[in-house]
Amino acid sequence: MNSHAAGTSNGGSGDAAAGGAARRNTRMPKYSKFTQQELPACKPILTPKWVVSVFFIVGVIFVPIGVVSLLAARDVVEIIDRYDEACVPSNMTENKLAYIQNETISKECIRNLTVTKDMKQPIFVYYELDNFYQNHRRYVKSRNDAQLRDASKANQTSACEPEKTTANGQPIVPCGLIAWSLFNDTYNFTRGNENLTVDKKDISWKSDREHKFGKDVYPSNFQNGALKGGATLNPKIPLSEQEDLIVWMRTAALPTFRKLYGRIYFDLKENDTITVRLNNNYNTYSFGGKKRLVLSTATWLGGKNDFLGFAYLIVGGLCIFLAFAFTLLYFVKPSTSIGAPSINFGGLEPDNQLFCFTTLLTLVLHTAILLIVDFSVLAKASVYHYFSLTPYTSGNANPICGFGRKLGDHNYLSWNRHPAGR
Amino acid sequence: MARSGRRRRDRMRWSNLYTFSCFRAQHGHAGDAGPSSDGAGAVGGPGFSRVVYCNNAALQKPLKYVTNYITTTKYNIITFFPKAIFEQFRRVANLYFLLTAILSLTPEGLEDWRRFIQDMKVNNRKVSVHKGDGEFDYRHWEDLCVGDVVRVEKDQFFPADLLLLSSSYEDGICYVETMNLDGETNLKVKRSLEATLPLEEDESFKDFQAVIRCEDPNPSLYTFTGNFEYERQVYALDPSQILLRDSKLRNTAFIYGVVIFTGHDSKVMQNSTESPSKRSRIEKKMDLIIYILFTVLVLISIISSVGFAVRIKFDLPNWWYLQPQKSNKLDDPSRPALSGIFHLITALILYGYLIPISLYVSIELVKVLQAHFINQDIHMFDEETGNTAQARTSNLNEELGQVHTILSDKTGTLTCNQMDFLKCSIAGVSYGVGSSEVELAAAKQMASGADDHDIPLQDIWEENNEDEIELVEGVTFSVGNNRKPSIKGFSFQDDRLMQGNWTKEPNSSTILLFFRILALCHTAIPEINEATGSIAYEAESPDEGAFLVAAKEFGFEFFKRTQSSVFVREKHTSSEGTIEREFKILNLLEFNSKRKRMTVILQDEDGQILLFCKGADSIIFDRLAKNGRMYEVDTTRHLNEYGEAGLRTLALSYRVLDESEYSSWNAEFLKAKISIGPDRELQLERVSELIERELILVGATAVEDKLQKGVPQCIDRLRKQALLSSLTTEQVAKESLLSQIANGSQMVKLEKDPDAAFALVIDGKALAFVLEDDMKHMFLNLAIECASVICCRVSPKQKALVTRLVKEGIGQTTLAVGDGANDVGMIQEADIGVGISGVEGMQAVMASDFSISQFRFLERLLVVHGHWCYKRIAQMICYFFYKNICFGLTIFYFEAFAGFSGQSVYDDWFMLLFNVVLTSLPVISLGVFEQDVSSEICLQFPALYQQGPKNLFFDWYRILGWMGNGLYSSLAIFFLNLCIFYDQAIRDGGQTADMAAVGTAMFTCIIWAVNMQIALTMSHFTWIQHLFVWGSITTWYLFILAYGMTLRSRDNYQILLEVLGPAPIYWAATLLVTAACNIPYLIHISYQRSCKPLDHHVIQEIKYLKKDVEDQTMWKRERSKARQKTKIGFTARVDAKIKQIKGKLHKKGPSLTIHTVS
Repeated sequence: MNSHAAGTSNGGSGDAAAGGAARRNTRMPKYSKFTQQELPACKPILTPKWVVSVFFIVGVIFVPIGVVSLLAARDVVEIIDRYDEACVPSNMTENKLAYIQNETISKECIRNLTVTKDMKQPIFVYYELDNFYQNHRRYVKSRNDAQLRDASKANQTSACEPEKTTANGQPIVPCGLIAWSLFNDTYNFTRGNENLTVDKKDISWKSDREHKFGKDVYPSNFQNGALKGGATLNPKIPLSEQEDLIVWMRTAALPTFRKLYGRIYFDLKENDTITVRLNNNYNTYSFGGKKRLVLSTATWLGGKNDFLGFAYLIVGGLCIFLAFAFTLLYFVKPSTSIGAPSINFGGLEPDNQLFCFTTLLTLVLHTAILLIVDFSVLAKASVYHYFSLTPYTSGNANPICGFGRKLGDHNYLSWNRHPAGR
Repeated sequence: MARSGRRRRDRMRWSNLYTFSCFRAQHGHAGDAGPSSDGAGAVGGPGFSRVVYCNNAALQKPLKYVTNYITTTKYNIITFFPKAIFEQFRRVANLYFLLTAILSLTPEGLEDWRRFIQDMKVNNRKVSVHKGDGEFDYRHWEDLCVGDVVRVEKDQFFPADLLLLSSSYEDGICYVETMNLDGETNLKVKRSLEATLPLEEDESFKDFQAVIRCEDPNPSLYTFTGNFEYERQVYALDPSQILLRDSKLRNTAFIYGVVIFTGHDSKVMQNSTESPSKRSRIEKKMDLIIYILFTVLVLISIISSVGFAVRIKFDLPNWWYLQPQKSNKLDDPSRPALSGIFHLITALILYGYLIPISLYVSIELVKVLQAHFINQDIHMFDEETGNTAQARTSNLNEELGQVHTILSDKTGTLTCNQMDFLKCSIAGVSYGVGSSEVELAAAKQMASGADDHDIPLQDIWEENNEDEIELVEGVTFSVGNNRKPSIKGFSFQDDRLMQGNWTKEPNSSTILLFFRILALCHTAIPEINEATGSIAYEAESPDEGAFLVAAKEFGFEFFKRTQSSVFVREKHTSSEGTIEREFKILNLLEFNSKRKRMTVILQDEDGQILLFCKGADSIIFDRLAKNGRMYEVDTTRHLNEYGEAGLRTLALSYRVLDESEYSSWNAEFLKAKISIGPDRELQLERVSELIERELILVGATAVEDKLQKGVPQCIDRLRKQALLSSLTTEQVAKESLLSQIANGSQMVKLEKDPDAAFALVIDGKALAFVLEDDMKHMFLNLAIECASVICCRVSPKQKALVTRLVKEGIGQTTLAVGDGANDVGMIQEADIGVGISGVEGMQAVMASDFSISQFRFLERLLVVHGHWCYKRIAQMICYFFYKNICFGLTIFYFEAFAGFSGQSVYDDWFMLLFNVVLTSLPVISLGVFEQDVSSEICLQFPALYQQGPKNLFFDWYRILGWMGNGLYSSLAIFFLNLCIFYDQAIRDGGQTADMAAVGTAMFTCIIWAVNMQIALTMSHFTWIQHLFVWGSITTWYLFILAYGMTLRSRDNYQILLEVLGPAPIYWAATLLVTAACNIPYLIHISYQRSCKPLDHHVIQEIKYLKKDVEDQTMWKRERSKARQKTKIGFTARVDAKIKQIKGKLHKKGPSLTIHTVS
């Protein structure tokens, strides 16, 4: 019957159908895994195992990094001395602006610093300015890179407003507000009679010296105008060697910033007194900015900054806590798995064994790490916290390490009017 | 003052660069003349040709030097537009926007071009038009004028609305198919006026003159009023003389007609709705979010501007290093308000990253690719027609995933418009062992032993397709290909009646009568195919066609009809030869929806007058004679069975008339027939009643309205359609309708049984009242209560109006499916229009947004592609907002630290590349390739689809969640970086971080954070996603490396190699910030998965743990749980059938025991 029906239907349509079929088949979309959206794919799913592992691994990676960073930051010794107020003569504290703008008043100022801890060379000397908007748009834009790089382009002073040319139209090299407001306080250090020479070589980035500031570009018409900004530059020295300028020209991101002044290649002992003879030339009084002198050592991670270490510890600790919390969550949740019999502690499935093992390991490691790091309060508290919550007390904790979930309680079940039958 | 003077001098010098020829010429002359004072001989040579005739205008003029008029404007009136545009496009960004616009316009243009081509085709069709002197010639449709006389041949479309003058039939009737107008396939009869009957030749139009006065153009298909003045007589016109454009002449050789309405005045064009431009819900909501973001943008810009103004006023004068005394107007301490306003513009541009402009481009691109996938889907390829599914507009892809209501055309879309004669009950005996689709499904379900409905129906469809199942009653159902009828319209199988075996049945005389009724009681016309000699029937309805085919198969071949007679070839047994019989037709009482019956009165060769009547069972049973009720009980039982099996039934009856009774009735009938006036119909009806009584029941027929392949299963899974109890409106009085609707609502409310389902059946005329403003909401409320609503005999306009009512009333996404020109309005009105590209011509497809070649593909289109596209687009948009907020806000925070001066911490190139290169490809791959579950699972768990209509992935909770995530990430990125790179050394070399270093480090964190975020968002990684996500991060490092090589990078010169790369703190910061940004989201999804999982989470997990393979029963249980219990549709019917069979078994059980006991 079947074959007969097929036969007649074919016979009826004849050759035209065959031709038609051939034509149609060409219109059939070509099968490819791409067009049919069947490309092989990996479909990661956040199963409990993965969730706990991810948090755990992140925690295990982050906590040590935090510890190491903290240790590194703690190795750094830093001496900070704010001198803008102290260097104003006592008779002029009411009118600091007059003091700084009066060229006849000597700006020399002596500061004594006590070394709090041994400092290994090299010791970095920084000046720190506060409330100084080097990131102001008007300021950042006011420079011309071509001019700094190339002696033949001294005329290119576009973007340098308002410090572009001298009154008679001569181009200023280097032009622009940044260069014009170059920092000009100077520091000399002595320890007793010993002169601690400040090495000002290589305080800028090498690429800046070699490529951005020309070897044959010399300052010209700089600070010649009626308005004097900051430091003057020696017109005999090419820009590529004016490292103070190069450092200054790297505008800071924040209104509070430090810039490298030089390095001292002497080891300093605890309780050494260092005398700083400084020239307090730079005007920060008009905008109420502070000036600080900073002596600091540095590690592989840089200067003194606890933040990174703490942040790592917090994030890492949080992750380990989360790994634990999720483990707990999966334990607490009823685990009548998808048709699987309830699991007892002795006969765990391999997955669950691994899972419990990870949890235990998490606990041990976390406590260990916290104990190592000397945050006694936090550590003690959290250890106590963890142990008080530990569910591993009895050997027969039935719902503990189950995985699956009851599929019944999902929203689509609500459609099922008769939940019987299970 | 001095300064400004110097500046002016400056400018003079720069003016060397100006290209005005008069300047240059003079300058060059002066410049060159100076040094070459000895070069006087060069005058007159090249470059020295200028001659000045002093004070002699007459000589000077012909030299045509330029006038002294100068201009420094860049453009003039003519060149402004092109030149300015050219200038604008020299900027890459603007070119990008132009490309965006072009990309968005292209599909629109292509679509309209296709429409244009279609229109051209229609306009250039030809029709025969009278051009004078009785000669006819062909003319384009578009050239047709009102008043032209046209001649339309068989199977041609009418080119305009015509008044029928005469036809090839003597009595001036013609048959018309109005499929394109109202979707009905039965032929309608039109009659010309008596007066114009003589105009039956070309010649007769030589001197034809007449005037028609009629109504203005209007969209009502069923009304027409007008007068026809011809030969000084006025005749009234009614709709039966009007032939509407886009309907087709059938069964009639030709007609003559006069054009009344042309072009857009024709009724069908009046019914057309303007093709709207549609946008998806998600896109509309997205616009809203863009507005919100824009508000935020303006807000923070204002904050920034105010901050700037305040700073300028109070702080700038103290900032000597900015030389405030030399301010321009952008930062003038004396005019802080003005500076603030100028700054607003800067700020708007700077924070513009909050508004993801590239989102539009990306979405456009993604949608085009999604549409490509729809077009290429091999599972939606129809072998028969060779058509694939087509996404004709790509901007509604995601809307497919949110469909709430489906409005479907029936004929041609759901059904094949083919009836199959399947069963009959003759003389109280049921014949026919073939089974309907409902029975088949029930049988399979019973056989597979799935008593508790745990196994979804579709398993049965899919898994045991070729089985043969034995039912308890001992009847074998043949399943699978065997059932394919070898004869169209005839699936009857029962050896008791076939091959003349019926003569051996006990009631053979009744059976003979039954067959005669089938062969005689109809209005069809036989058409003999001359090549093969076979006969095809042109019937008013496909039911009649099925009856005639059945009669032919039983040996009663109707082969000829004349004006007064019907001829039948009878062949009682297979051994006998055929006898031709002629039956005189005395009267024919036509079928209409009100009478629900049709009667013929005829005289056989013996002179006996017989009345055959077929009609709805209730109508026939009411009119039975006392002695005609012999089989009533059995037949009723059979009718119920057929009804439950989903078949269409009709009862057949006859009556023998006395000569005298007939002639007296006939006289009255003729009187009624010639009566003129409005009550003619009533009269005829009354007279008909007189004769259609005292009937004798013969039996009943059951035909199956063939559904298209896969339709029942598809509907079942879409759970949107039904046929059960009905509330019919017959009277078209508005008041009664109103009360009926009220009653209906009451009825639905009072129904206790939660499984009861109602269907609302309403026809076009009633719908006209219902759609009026005061009633439509009542109607809608009732309609929502009902499980399904069926509208019949509906005009295209009404279809559109119903669609609009549903769309606006429910406020959810509606989808309309249709295949014919009459569905165009509906398709255009619905949120999504789907056209079936079948046999019906192209209008529906042209108007649609998606075209498929079979209704059953709708399921895959919605459940697979719709679901995917919805999720993809929703996630994509959310992610876009997240990433732009995350990036844009960091710029704002930095502003606060930079005195609100408008300085960005990032290099311009970073900002430019962020949306275009560094984060765009992963999100596009998310939009194109993401799959929460595979296509098979989408189909197996229709519940997943509900996520779309419920809008789980683009609700405010989720959008705000993502925005919050963006806000959090921006804070984390910015402040963590600031604290890490604050003021101390960042390396062992002692150098501190400058702005470039901080910016680059921060940007690195952003790139990592947003790309890790999208990796967490994705649940489906092919190599493409891997490439894009990890590639984007790599690209960033490669870019910064390459960019650091060029001196354009300014402070970013060699930043990675020299400054950041060797600094461990940079890498440590990246790791920390990336983790910090993503941990909250990770917590969220972990928690959600474990405590409040969504459907797809559970399914993913089952799949992941391979539970579906290991634990089949669980898998099946989950699947059956995932489907809603339907009280309507195919499953419901199958369930009912199963219940019924079981009930029978139970009954049989006890009775059997009793039997044994006795």
